[in-house]
Amino acid sequence: MPYGDSDSVPNRRRAPVAIKVLIAGGFGVGKTTLVSAVSEVRPLRTEENLSEPSALVDQLDGVERKVTTTVAMDFGRISINDDLVVYLFGTPGQKRFWFMWDELAYGALGAVVMADTRRLADCFPSIDYFERRGTPFVVAVNCFDGARRYPLDTMRAALNLTPDVPLMLCDARQRASSRDVLVALVEHAVVRLDRADPQEGSADLATPHRRQVTSAR
Amino acid sequence: MTPRRERRNRDSRGPVVRPYAVTSGRTRPTGAAIDMVALVSALRRVSIADLEPEQEAKLGPEHRRLLECCRRPVAVADLASDLDLPLGVVRILVADLREQGLVSVRQPAPSGLRDVAVLKEVADALRRL
Repeated sequence: MPYGDSDSVPNRRRAPVAIKVLIAGGFGVGKTTLVSAVSEVRPLRTEENLSEPSALVDQLDGVERKVTTTVAMDFGRISINDDLVVYLFGTPGQKRFWFMWDELAYGALGAVVMADTRRLADCFPSIDYFERRGTPFVVAVNCFDGARRYPLDTMRAALNLTPDVPLMLCDARQRASSRDVLVALVEHAVVRLDRADPQEGSADLATPHRRQVTSAR
Repeated sequence: MTPRRERRNRDSRGPVVRPYAVTSGRTRPTGAAIDMVALVSALRRVSIADLEPEQEAKLGPEHRRLLECCRRPVAVADLASDLDLPLGVVRILVADLREQGLVSVRQPAPSGLRDVAVLKEVADALRRL
């Protein structure tokens, strides 16, 4: 079972399981839309200490004693049954909240990285992060109205994705489309487990180099 | 995208009480880490009534509300959402209850769920959504 130290609860088929899935990608790429399309959205906020660089950004002159800031998080739940719940967490996109990512990624089943062909480079940091951490992920290209469509292999090349990483188109407004992205992620996680390569957790050797690619514009 | 959502959110008015007031100003939980999907369950064999008066005095109304909510195992993020408290505050309150022996906390495994049967069950259920 996925949980350690267990204080067993009697009369249960098994211990309840909470599955964490991250929804990442650049600002305005559709993370909130996807979470609301496919799950029961719940309000969730956190108070975070402001780090030095963000303190400059947030113009704290005159309110020096304010040391925390409220971050509203995208949070949704999908109840599979009484004992099994999938939790979706949108990763805060702004750089100043990156320190939260390690905590978000801890114990996560995997991540959906959302991409927008008009601003493809916005998703590079997310891809880099999950590659480095060895977290299973899929890339979902959100098809915005009016955005140019590209063949998947063109996008795979532009994203410099390894062949095993699922890449798909989606419409985050559509429940069925968003659901398919999550199914692809879970299936990908299963494939990774079946392969069970002990090196996978620290795969920084083979991490492809990702530059600011403009070819897909 | 998010701006509209944030405007609707009651957070935009700012909290009425400073968030860490309910934790007496503490910003870090005691003891081992508590993940946002860690499952918290009240231990039935102990209740607040069993505590020494001085221990009981340490528990505020939020502790009590929280304890009510975890009669069945519940994830930390759900507790924060249900009680309308920031995640960090809930972690501290949960850690207090754990210290008093009133709840158990089960962390997810660091490497995530590795049970293929459960994952397949999840994939099947998602397909039916």
